[in-house]
Amino acid sequence: MADAAREVWITGLGLVSCLGEGPDAHWQRLAAGEPGADTTSFAPWVVHPLVPLALDTQIPKKGDQRQMEPWQRTGTYAAGLALESAGVKGDKELLGRMDMIVAAGGGERDYAADGAILAGLRNAADPGAYLNERLMSDLRPTLFLAQLSNLLAGNISVVHGVTGSSRTFMGEEGAGIEAARTALSRIKAGQSDIALVGGSQNGERKDLLMLFEFGGFALKDAFEAVWNRDAAPGFALASLGAFLVLEARDHAEKRGAKPLAKLSAVVSDQVRRTAPGAIESSLGALWDRLPPVDPARAVVLSGAAGTAPATAEEKAVLAARGLPVRATGTFVGHSLEPQFVVNLALATVALGHGKLFPPCDPTGFEAPFEGALGQVVVTGVGHWRGEGLALVEAVG
Amino acid sequence: MAVHDKAGRPVVVVTGMGVVTSLGAGKDENWKKLIAGQSGIRAITRFPTDNLKTRIAGTVDFVAAEPFSAPLLSERLAEIAAAEAVTQARIGSAKNFPGPLFIAVAPVEIEWTQRVELAAAAGANDQISYDDLLRAAASGKFGHHHARFQFASVAENLSEKFGTRGMPIALSTACASGASAIQLGVEAIRRGDTDAALCIGTDGSINTENVVRFSLLSALTSANDPPEAAAKPFSKNRDGFVMAEGAGALVLESYESAKARGATILGVVEGCGELSDSFHRTRTSPDAKPIIGCMQQAIADAGLIPAEIDYINAHGTSTPENDKMEALGVSAVFGERAPQVPMSSNKSMIGHTLSAAGAVEAVVTLMTLDHQRLPPTINHLVPDPAIPLDVVPNVARDATLSHALSNSFGFGGQNVSLVMGLEPA
Repeated sequence: MADAAREVWITGLGLVSCLGEGPDAHWQRLAAGEPGADTTSFAPWVVHPLVPLALDTQIPKKGDQRQMEPWQRTGTYAAGLALESAGVKGDKELLGRMDMIVAAGGGERDYAADGAILAGLRNAADPGAYLNERLMSDLRPTLFLAQLSNLLAGNISVVHGVTGSSRTFMGEEGAGIEAARTALSRIKAGQSDIALVGGSQNGERKDLLMLFEFGGFALKDAFEAVWNRDAAPGFALASLGAFLVLEARDHAEKRGAKPLAKLSAVVSDQVRRTAPGAIESSLGALWDRLPPVDPARAVVLSGAAGTAPATAEEKAVLAARGLPVRATGTFVGHSLEPQFVVNLALATVALGHGKLFPPCDPTGFEAPFEGALGQVVVTGVGHWRGEGLALVEAVG
Repeated sequence: MAVHDKAGRPVVVVTGMGVVTSLGAGKDENWKKLIAGQSGIRAITRFPTDNLKTRIAGTVDFVAAEPFSAPLLSERLAEIAAAEAVTQARIGSAKNFPGPLFIAVAPVEIEWTQRVELAAAAGANDQISYDDLLRAAASGKFGHHHARFQFASVAENLSEKFGTRGMPIALSTACASGASAIQLGVEAIRRGDTDAALCIGTDGSINTENVVRFSLLSALTSANDPPEAAAKPFSKNRDGFVMAEGAGALVLESYESAKARGATILGVVEGCGELSDSFHRTRTSPDAKPIIGCMQQAIADAGLIPAEIDYINAHGTSTPENDKMEALGVSAVFGERAPQVPMSSNKSMIGHTLSAAGAVEAVVTLMTLDHQRLPPTINHLVPDPAIPLDVVPNVARDATLSHALSNSFGFGGQNVSLVMGLEPA
């Protein structure tokens, strides 16, 4: 049987968002207290747009780029950065046995085609026949592949050669939590030695905005820090991509790879949110399942979305635990499936600097922390369902 | 039999199974029809098919899901299969299944019914854009669409209905999804994370746009008449798959805990194999290496050698590409013995249930082992000389079976194989 205590390192990190590309760009913006919100492009909705990417550097074939929609290009690009950072890019033998779990939603619609068909349906004598005719003639055959959830993983296999295994978890915020938890559990148990975990989202999408606007969850009109949205709760959709390489310590040491951080635990649950306080009690119970943290060197990177009641209940738990907190959603916005991995990545970046970035919160909930950073508790509370926590620690 | 396998891992057994396809609901109904060589493929009546090249499918029309949406029907189908499985397993108690849920579902999205509804609510003249739809969405009248069309909705509702533990995992590995759900359950039990898991594959997503999507990729047969003859896996005249709906559910348990509670063992999930393909988004590597490696891994994971595999439940979609590559892979893995290993395709009768296929076919494979009888590949009238294999043509037959391999291959280079066997006496 495998050694239950197998240690898991984060040996690679790829991150692109509205703050920039890579750990340094992110750290600079976090340290400077500069969120990347855009209140005009999709007004009244607030989004966090992706910085331009030099796609050719990670997706060299134009043909590959053309086969993807933006969410897949972003993810494939971030995956390439993670593999590069882990020093495994192009290592065919290793990539051939590398496992992959992608947390993904779906892809973009063809807005022009949808609009034209809807307009035509108005006056169509036979709407059913009309819809069939137009879809057969207006849809690009390859658009389907750019929309399919598992085709981000598929593109990563094609472009980067990761082929050991390939699983795509769907389901909003919970998908990213379970992707990280499953990859970690597999490595700890000896079912896997090295895994690529992450996802991407294109938040600059009206069809995606629409899904969350149905429920009144999309942040509108003015940008506020996550903790300052009590008057107008909501999340600002993000465009971003985040991937980590998780690796068994023994496997990393054998190939001479250095740890960026250690992923010590991921715990999750999904409670029925029918009664007030359900999220609070779920998070509290999850916290008790984490290894102990040292208040002198531990902080919380919260994935709070800014929605009600999830964020208020999370805040109550964090206030009770008393560690300094930062809400990364203030800076990078909210992606659904990849958000938990984004925060694992940002925790890794902060641990690499050995310190926490300053508060960015007019409510004062985020307290200053000047100590040497050794542990980060990452939270992920889905805007609708699913709760997760992780402990990321400095190595050595 | 020992409760741990040769590798020292907990043995994973099946103690409950459920299935629903276009042939009907339940194991008995499906088995009877599969063995009789009946087809569930029919003309689509759910929506108009004018102007479509493909007008047939294996829709499940006897399950109500109104107003139709893919996640709603997928959820209903999963409920039927899971209820059958959990009831058979006699595990846990009502709304209290003692383990996690792994569920393969089709990706979820707003459909045309909702777009049209929103466009009407927006009251836009002439031109209609997503700005209009967004304006309607902001009215607050469509909160139910947020609940329904999130990717996790089917999983959450199923998890609540059966009271599974923890956060359910909704997954997609395209046409291998159902097998991936089982694989995740096997891995969780082998890790000792849980003693039981509910693994489901479900797909009820036949609507206009999904038919068009596969049609535009030239993946579907357009041999509409007669519908029951359209799916002809491994035949020389095969010309695409037939979309279908259904669900398969399995209660997996550690052998140790199943024995301890006196459960009836329906079979053993002996091994899982997986290897993805980096050759192309929709095509298999011409050397078939990934699917060969996938099958070899599954057999090795089961602690077996190819000579011990008695039957293959093929992916067998009836597309020219899949069947050729699967046959090539099987020939490579089984060598000189390949022509003697029976391999049949359930899809010849039930069509391709997409996200559900791996789970549906795992259930059928276990029934095949149980009954010691091979369901046929129907519509095999024009053998393909390039596929010199025993595809159990047209008529079911008895066989002596100990171990079977079930293949699932999907777009995006997804390949999963499972090896299943019977509980040794």
